[in-house]
Amino acid sequence: MNSKPIYYLLLLVCNMHNIAAQTESLKKTHHDFELELEGEYRYFYDDALFSSQKDHFPSLAIRPEYKAAWNKGYESINFKGFLRVDVDDERTHWDIRELYYQKAKNNWELNLGIKKVYWGVTESNHLVDIINQTDAVETFDGEKKLGQPMAQFTWNTEKFGTFDFFYLPYHRKRTFAGDKGRLRFATVIDKDDLGYESGAEEWRQDAAFRWNHYFGIFDIGLSHFYGTGREPLFLFDTTGNINAFYPIINQTGLDLQITHNAFLWKLESIYRHAKAQDFFAMAVGLEYTFSNIDRNGLDIGLLAEYLYDERDELALNALQNDIFFGSRIAFNDTQDTSILFGGITDLESSSTIFSLEASRRFGSSWTAAIEGRIFNDIDKDELILSNFREDSFFRISISKYF
Amino acid sequence: MKTLVLIGLSLLSITFLTAQSAEQRGLQIAKAADKADQGFNSSIVHLKMTLKNKNGQTSERLLITKTLEQTADGDKSLIVFNSPKDVKGTSTLTFTHKIGSDDQWLFLPSIKRVKRISSNNKSGPFVGSEFAYEDLSSQEVEKYSYKFLKENGTLLLVEQDPVDPKSGYTRRIVTYNKSKGYRIEKVEFYDRKNSLLKTLTYSNYKLYKGKFWRAGTFTMVNHQSNKETVLKFSEYNFEANLTDEDFTQVALKRAGQ
Repeated sequence: MNSKPIYYLLLLVCNMHNIAAQTESLKKTHHDFELELEGEYRYFYDDALFSSQKDHFPSLAIRPEYKAAWNKGYESINFKGFLRVDVDDERTHWDIRELYYQKAKNNWELNLGIKKVYWGVTESNHLVDIINQTDAVETFDGEKKLGQPMAQFTWNTEKFGTFDFFYLPYHRKRTFAGDKGRLRFATVIDKDDLGYESGAEEWRQDAAFRWNHYFGIFDIGLSHFYGTGREPLFLFDTTGNINAFYPIINQTGLDLQITHNAFLWKLESIYRHAKAQDFFAMAVGLEYTFSNIDRNGLDIGLLAEYLYDERDELALNALQNDIFFGSRIAFNDTQDTSILFGGITDLESSSTIFSLEASRRFGSSWTAAIEGRIFNDIDKDELILSNFREDSFFRISISKYF
Repeated sequence: MKTLVLIGLSLLSITFLTAQSAEQRGLQIAKAADKADQGFNSSIVHLKMTLKNKNGQTSERLLITKTLEQTADGDKSLIVFNSPKDVKGTSTLTFTHKIGSDDQWLFLPSIKRVKRISSNNKSGPFVGSEFAYEDLSSQEVEKYSYKFLKENGTLLLVEQDPVDPKSGYTRRIVTYNKSKGYRIEKVEFYDRKNSLLKTLTYSNYKLYKGKFWRAGTFTMVNHQSNKETVLKFSEYNFEANLTDEDFTQVALKRAGQ
């Protein structure tokens, strides 16, 4: 009896089964939905500098997330939404933080849609980071960003590092605090009052490029952005009128970190060119961590950074010649308790801002956070910061994750 | 008389040989265990970590670990947190090196930041668990010096002294199972004061691809704090054919997005 045909038949069936199983796993889509509800309370304990500004700001925020991934995770659709309701009408806002399609294959990755991208290494100032507009009403530290429409193509090479190409078809304006809000200027700035240098306005077609690589203990990034800047430019004419608009800029950025034992040495620097303004800015510093001090997981990190901005007092963030010092304490306990505190002080005046951030998990799906920003002895001659001199505040927030 | 000298000489050489081979045999066993596990190429595994404090209260973390085998240097690994939900997407990328410190990057999903971090903190606890970072990093032969202790049936006990002075241990006593591809059954950790700190027990072993033994459960007991951490591994996948492109900073961001 010849058993070969049966053998081949078996082999065929097995193979078909394998192929079927493979296409099954390729086609299999993983869905993931998450929701964060946050209650927040901000309290400004000094009397307001400008009339109609409030002291108490209870607020609610919702952050839904959805992800669908297939093709073993090499293709996905990602969504992150955001809504906040606040006493300040301008801080009541919603945003699509992310909504993009992603495909990765071998050494390249393509992203199409609204996305968030971060560049940089320093802690107290984020100079190099330019792709996304800052959500200026959301947090004081400027770390929350608005979603940016983009096409991003990433090409990774083993020898020459990673190359990122960005096409940015639409510009988003910064929102400033409203009438009742704190941390604003004497006149309320309506974002729609700010114009553009470009005739195409928000539809100017912008581009950016970044290269990053690492060599042993060195991590380096070089970037260039050409388009409408994220920071508005405030020009004061001789009669005292303010002309504020979004200029067309060319910005070249460098970020470098050297990771040597427990030391992290950091440098960020930019050169920005616009018709109305050219300037250089940098942040340079270090982070040192004493780890597992008590043999129980306690880490204490020390941070120090020097900040320089050639714009001097026109620097929107008021960090023109300042020293930042701080400490990060991580307990590495089951609740992930951590504390970050520090201060930024001006080397030419008395102005100092102290800050505190602490957070902890409760149970498996609750977190609580405390934040404090104290404006201390702010020089009345500081063009921008003097407006915030009575705006020291504490913030508590509690989040529930579903 | 001649015979006596000969016997004496051979006795001497035996003592000499055994004295020399405690270290050599220890190294041989470590190398044999390393060799037995060579050729797995890559793996993906789901992990449930249960942390138990001394009062018996527990908390859980869910992680996915991807590993890429390297021959010339240490393995590459990518770890993604899926729970607790407030840290979901937090990920680490580690390039282990046989000699010198490892390269490690952390991805923070809330601000989309990739941060190169120091791998100096070997002895610190991994996310509040009883596992130190060094317990979970890729075990390379070059990271220890060895001393064979004793043979107990098919079980071989080897003392391992960490080469790196930043390690939290003076020594570990590792129990290998010779008849099961030199898989590890138990590790006892001695702290810097040389007193017993922790015991790690491997159980629910399964054989994958007819060659690779993987434990389904790791139980780490801290004898000094009476705390315990249990790792449960599931859905081991050796067929994913991962490449270097799955272990880059681009892939790290993709994993945690």
